[in-house]
Amino acid sequence: MRRPLFRQWAHDYGWFALLLLILLVSWEAVVAIGWVPSFIIPAPTSIIRSLIEDSPLLFGQHLIATLEEVSLGFLLSVIVGVMLAVSMHILRPIEKALYPFLIISQTIPLIALSPIFIMWFGYSIWSKVAVVFLTAFFPIVVSTYDGLKKGDRDYTELLLTMGANRWDIFRTIEIPMALPSFFSGLKLSIVYCVVGATIGEWLGGTKGLGYFSRRMASNMHTDAMFASILLLSLLGISLFMMIVIMEKQILKRRGSTK
Amino acid sequence: MSILSLHNLTYSYSQSHESAIIQGLSMNVHAGEFISIIGVSGSGKSTLFKLIAGLLEPNCGEIRIHGEKCTTNRLGEVAYMPQKDLLLPWRTVLDNCLLPWEFNRKPSRGHKEEVIANIQRMLARFGLGKYEHCYPNELSGGMRQRVAFLRTLIAGQDLLLLDEPFGALDAMTKREMHRWLLDLWDDLHKTILFITHDLEEAILLSDRIYLLPTEHNQGVQEIHVNLPRPRHYAMNYDPHFIQLRKDLEQRLYEKTSI
Repeated sequence: MRRPLFRQWAHDYGWFALLLLILLVSWEAVVAIGWVPSFIIPAPTSIIRSLIEDSPLLFGQHLIATLEEVSLGFLLSVIVGVMLAVSMHILRPIEKALYPFLIISQTIPLIALSPIFIMWFGYSIWSKVAVVFLTAFFPIVVSTYDGLKKGDRDYTELLLTMGANRWDIFRTIEIPMALPSFFSGLKLSIVYCVVGATIGEWLGGTKGLGYFSRRMASNMHTDAMFASILLLSLLGISLFMMIVIMEKQILKRRGSTK
Repeated sequence: MSILSLHNLTYSYSQSHESAIIQGLSMNVHAGEFISIIGVSGSGKSTLFKLIAGLLEPNCGEIRIHGEKCTTNRLGEVAYMPQKDLLLPWRTVLDNCLLPWEFNRKPSRGHKEEVIANIQRMLARFGLGKYEHCYPNELSGGMRQRVAFLRTLIAGQDLLLLDEPFGALDAMTKREMHRWLLDLWDDLHKTILFITHDLEEAILLSDRIYLLPTEHNQGVQEIHVNLPRPRHYAMNYDPHFIQLRKDLEQRLYEKTSI
């Protein structure tokens, strides 16, 4: 059992792992030889060392804070995003009225808006959640809305001849057909959530991995800064994987939708 | 008794009546009849079905189902089966067959358990007993078509509109489906309107054949198929059958050559 499993892994990720190893070794070598000073790019080993040294602070405080912001922001994005998408789908005037605003909301540079968020929400968690929400709700609205529009005309007509009403069609055809697209949106959104939380913490905060990385950068603790960036990236990857697993579980037993 | 009668039906996709796809069409269908509708592409066969089913409204003319004049909403009055099986890929065979029951809000729709038992009985009779909990992508084309037909029957309507139900199947599977349908026909007690391009199929299955006009000066032509029931494939070589086929081909050919 072990061997085929390893083989499968090697087949899927072997080349990636090899390249990663080569990159890490040459990176380490470049720093060790002294071509690049370690306060500009720290060696991978010193990043790991700093990660271990600061782990109580990193995991115990800052990771949890960031995770809180991400979770709240994501939850809010999903709820509001789905509500917006569904109402836009059901009522055409709402779509006409809201779509331009959605686009506008994405063209506003978040960094420029941040002083206002700080004014509104102070240095509390909500100023970060607001940034997370603004970056993360858009892909959910667009993907859910597009997914709902996919509802096939042939299916709709067939159901109508069976006596189905608007709600029947929404629930039996449009929602299941929108799910794959909805999950694509979730996957994009969760990654944006981590980015959004980091930006939010940079702009003003007292804890979180983004805040930590900024503080370390200004103190020239480049290795600690890289350690927190590594953690942020790992956080994004694990959250992304969680959505992928959820998607597989939910869409498991269905054939090709097309 | 006439189960369906169309009187002077006219329908046009655009505003002008000159380009009407169906013009002044009248026909009468009696209970228990199997009627095929033949016509070249673009002669409005599918449009006719959509009109009868209630997906479209005629510009003028009259549709009577069970002798009652239909005004607007007649959706859910007749059962409609499109060329594509349109089984929902995320529902099992049984759940797909339950669809018409789910949308039926009449008090006569029966209890779910009874309907399920009924579906299971019919699945067994259709040679699909073992596939009740399978998903559509696990079935062959012929099996999917049979499930789609069963779903059409479950709607419980007396009049079935079948729009090229075997058109997408290969020749062998199609033959098998003909045999199966002929075996079934005597116990079915339904009225079928059947669109096809296949002349042999039309003669083998039907009591009457309607030939739709291509130019509007020609009316609908009606052909009686006086072959005895039960029908079987050996009749393909019956002189009467061959004569009918020749006649049909001539009429179609004459039409398209003008």
